[in-house]
Amino acid sequence: MTIQILMPALSPTMTEGNLAKWLKAEGDTVESGDVIAEIETDKATMEVEAVDEGVIGKILIEAGTENVAVNAPIAILLEEGESASDIDANASTAAPTPQAEETATETAVSTSSDTASQPPKQQEGAHVKNRDVLYAQGAVIEPPVFDEEPFMASTETQTVRVALRDAMAEEMRGDDDIYMLGEEIAEYNGAYKVTEGMLDEFGSRRVIDTPITEHGFAGLAVGSAMNGLKPIVEFMTFNFAMQAIDHIINSAAKTLYMAGGQLGCPIVFRGPNGSASRVGAQHSQCYASWYAHVPGLKVVSPWNAADAKGLLKAAIRDPNPVVFLENELMYGQSFEVPTDPDYVIPIGRAKIEREGSDVTIVALSIMVGRALEAAEKLAEQGIDAEVINLRTVRPLDRHTILESVKKTNRIVSCEEGFPFAGIGAEIAALIGEHAFDYLDAPLKRIAAADVPLPYAAGLEKLAIPQTEQIIHAAKEVCYAD
Amino acid sequence: MASTKKKTKKSNATKTISNSNPEPTLDDMKKLYEEMLLIRRFEEKAGQLYGMGLIGGFCHLYIGQEAVVTGIQSVQEEGDTVVTTYRDHAHMLAQGMTPEGVMAELTGREGGYSRGKGGSMHMFSQEKGFFGGHGIVGASTSIGTGLGFAHQYRNDGGVAVAYMGDGSANQGQVAECYNMAALWKLPVLYVIENNQYGMGTSTARHAAGQLYARGQGYGIPGEQIDGMDVFSVQNAARQALDYVRTGNGPYILEVMTYRFRGHSMSDPANYRTKEEVDGKKNEDPIIQLRNVMMDQHNVKEEDLKSIDKEIKARVKKAAEFAENSPELAPEELYTDVLIEVE
Repeated sequence: MTIQILMPALSPTMTEGNLAKWLKAEGDTVESGDVIAEIETDKATMEVEAVDEGVIGKILIEAGTENVAVNAPIAILLEEGESASDIDANASTAAPTPQAEETATETAVSTSSDTASQPPKQQEGAHVKNRDVLYAQGAVIEPPVFDEEPFMASTETQTVRVALRDAMAEEMRGDDDIYMLGEEIAEYNGAYKVTEGMLDEFGSRRVIDTPITEHGFAGLAVGSAMNGLKPIVEFMTFNFAMQAIDHIINSAAKTLYMAGGQLGCPIVFRGPNGSASRVGAQHSQCYASWYAHVPGLKVVSPWNAADAKGLLKAAIRDPNPVVFLENELMYGQSFEVPTDPDYVIPIGRAKIEREGSDVTIVALSIMVGRALEAAEKLAEQGIDAEVINLRTVRPLDRHTILESVKKTNRIVSCEEGFPFAGIGAEIAALIGEHAFDYLDAPLKRIAAADVPLPYAAGLEKLAIPQTEQIIHAAKEVCYAD
Repeated sequence: MASTKKKTKKSNATKTISNSNPEPTLDDMKKLYEEMLLIRRFEEKAGQLYGMGLIGGFCHLYIGQEAVVTGIQSVQEEGDTVVTTYRDHAHMLAQGMTPEGVMAELTGREGGYSRGKGGSMHMFSQEKGFFGGHGIVGASTSIGTGLGFAHQYRNDGGVAVAYMGDGSANQGQVAECYNMAALWKLPVLYVIENNQYGMGTSTARHAAGQLYARGQGYGIPGEQIDGMDVFSVQNAARQALDYVRTGNGPYILEVMTYRFRGHSMSDPANYRTKEEVDGKKNEDPIIQLRNVMMDQHNVKEEDLKSIDKEIKARVKKAAEFAENSPELAPEELYTDVLIEVE
């Protein structure tokens, strides 16, 4: 029986890759551990090692082939006593891969849903003096003025990853005080390749690889910000920022107030947040509500590439400490991004991604895509959902949420974090305090299961909110079941 | 020179530094004396105002440790930056911040450096290069390393002086920062003010090995010096700052000192015997300097009395200011959370 060599997954989120190079030819003998090929993804280049011993009988995927699905057979290995004639004619048929299916649903969510209809009507916003003072007092005020439409006239297709990098590079070109530091961001080009090429362009003075020492380098960055610099701190994931949370909160967020307004801390803490794919409880937490709890911080969480670009530029320009929560599963997804370098999305302003009249679905980060997908399916069932992309978690654009609920009279919140004291709980409080009389049904919160995230594929899927749950919740608040 | 004999220990002795310390003139001595006395009288007054209920919360006094900050900051250069822990009043005075502004912060008034929003442990002056005042033990080390990083990034010739106590020295982030500072040759002088107690726990019970030698594995030279003798501090700091400023990377000064009062105003300090405290009081840095000036420079009792009188008047003025400055208006509760962007 011949052995199929399959396209390996090099990371938990990899669904396909390029077969860059074969290091063995048909007829070559391989021993286990031999490097037989090189594979590239958008994050990395890795070597494929043989697991079994034998002779390469047939190469099924030529070198240079792009987008080879994980688990697709790439070669046939002959064991002792076998010859090329033993190769099963069916061997090259790839087994369907569950991961590939998942990406299909993930990428199917794009802004294309709006093509037929008019773009959603966004409120103009308002110029408000002392906005932050009013926020601190709990006032509901119109979001900052921003007209996104003109920027969409000229766009290019970019992944979230590239949009983030471009945002940083563009800002760094214009301001020498901006520098970045973190683990593997320079020579390795970023653990998730978000900082690819930054070292080449800006050099090791401004793009700095740190030791694995989150508490120390976060504190160092805060000190440098107090002394006039504008650091961008990358956490390989926000799970590791738990080591550094004292400096984020006690040293960065509280300083301006404790100094009576005299000394600020312009700094961005960024990195992937929330779950990736089967990396277990310690690598899979959403910290949105943790940081959103703290006065003195701004907390931003982009969904698509345009959000990533426009919000990261805003975060870097902001004179306050900003926690910027990305999502690993979104890094490789492509969207249209305005080419105008002045596309800077004001922090504190949500975006209505899809206008609707029957129910409001409020979501952040990766959940925005699932909410839009849910809205499409709800439309097929005659329910017209409005989808709000929060973009900023703190200060929350309470005005946009309330105006929407006053129109639809029903609301579902979606987040990837735990339910208790989560973003949905805050939205529930907001509605209870300011729109109680407008509600036609009790609100629903969609959040992660209230358990540490399990590793097992089936359990993990159950724990993380899926589109079906959003659809179900929306129908419930519409009494449509 | 001072009456006590030098008690200096060094690690990484291969990294020798220049040994040229000028003899202090009488004017230099008078200046040091005035600065130490200002700190002493300021802290005594703060203790008094605390007792009267005018200062609240935590209030950590520096009495006994005056020679440390006075000696080090007397040999800093313009543009150097300083950060410390919550026992910070003296560092601010030595950095040239006004007694009025510091005392008014202690009373929580508008005239304070943080307009009354920070308190004893949280004060800053960008203008004077003072970056806190940090209430979290160990934080000053990381922040100080970052101050040094900014000096290097801008190549402005400045050095960051990062103070910590013997208690802070055990925090993990201190080791993290030693590593980065040595790796990147950051201009940081780490000063461990070893007053021999991390709150109520003596160094014998909380610290293994020698604190000045903890940089050894990272190649950071360290030195333990007598912190009750202002000249010993000054000389060691001059050489250490020179070493750091000339691109050699960080340096650790462990300064052996003692606080004559409790950890904070609310600490009766029952963990120390009266004999121990009295014994240390014989090493009072202010009295030591006073004796040197009188014995070796013929300074008269009256000269010193007039300095005392002048300092007392300054502190009294600061206290009056601090008592009479108003509290911030209620609407200021909500200001200074964020810098306005629009």
